Amino acid sequence: MGHAQHAHSAEVQPRDPAKVKQILKVTIILAILTAIEFILAFTVGRGYLLTTVFVLLTFVKTFYIVGEFMHLKYETKILIWAIILPTLFIMWLILAMLIESNHMFEAIKSIFG
Amino acid sequence: MATAVINENENKALWAGGAEPLKASYGKLMMWFFLLSDALTFSGLLVTYGFARYAHKAYTGTVQDFIPSIEYWPIPEKIFTHIPFFHIDAPLVFVGLMTFILILSSVTMVLAVEAGHRNDKKDVQKWMLWTVLGGIAFLSCQAWEWMIFITGSTDGLIVNDPDGTVRHIFGANLIHNEYGPRLFADLFFFITGFHGTHVLSGVIINIIVFYNVAVGTYERLGSYEMVEKVGLYWHFIDLVWVFVFTFYYLV
Repeated sequence: MGHAQHAHSAEVQPRDPAKVKQILKVTIILAILTAIEFILAFTVGRGYLLTTVFVLLTFVKTFYIVGEFMHLKYETKILIWAIILPTLFIMWLILAMLIESNHMFEAIKSIFG
Repeated sequence: MATAVINENENKALWAGGAEPLKASYGKLMMWFFLLSDALTFSGLLVTYGFARYAHKAYTGTVQDFIPSIEYWPIPEKIFTHIPFFHIDAPLVFVGLMTFILILSSVTMVLAVEAGHRNDKKDVQKWMLWTVLGGIAFLSCQAWEWMIFITGSTDGLIVNDPDGTVRHIFGANLIHNEYGPRLFADLFFFITGFHGTHVLSGVIINIIVFYNVAVGTYERLGSYEMVEKVGLYWHFIDLVWVFVFTFYYLV
């Protein structure tokens, strides 16, 4: 590192209140969504409806974490698609395997009783 | 960051090297693609969980009357009911707290990245330290959660095997599980363990970056992009926990 020490350092810029406000906004949204999930877990009966709501809320949280915190929303279009397209295939894999497991359960039941 | 100005008619040069067509540095892009591959790994684990869950019998009675049995998949809110220091029934409260700690440490990481954009060494240092502390707090919570899960309840579970032997099981490990089918415990250890390993490596990397910030390495380089890169990793860990929280504890 020895010689690099004399490289000029960039100047410190003041805080941008709008940016900090945006971060706080996302934080509050994430906290509220988690609280809603928490309350739903105890008040609504389990079933496909509740599971769907949970999955949707998780996706909303994902949107905020990846879009705002990881800054993907503000990257170039190609980069956004390079990340999102493979993720869509992963989601399809998950869905296909879940459907398959139901058939597995039926098959195991009919073969082994 | 290199700001190559490129004309419309010079578009060919955009992909010919020397420019950043995606307007992100090599390191940042590779972090994104690493995270994509890591997402595949975690999806594999979650698929396995879903597969095992639906390949087992579901519990059909009411939530209030739930009793653990190796016959059917348990209801998580009836299993994870412990909080430290108080001997009360507090379903999912502790894991909710863990989720909150991790989200908060993600927020402090965003603030560190934001301070890095402003070349504000003092602020980066402060927020990186908070992020490291959040990660350590999360790991401590997880260690406690594992301990409770492994120790088990005071009564345990009596299992009558088909061959006539009677087993009295306390807690869970990779072979016996007092809370439900064997796979439930196996996947608990594997999924939360694999995530915990990510958190541990994240904390170690954050400490290294914190050290580099403190001794002024990035100040001399004139760019705090490394904070941004480890930030991406840290947010991804937070994101994975959001999914684990939903699919392992809530559903």
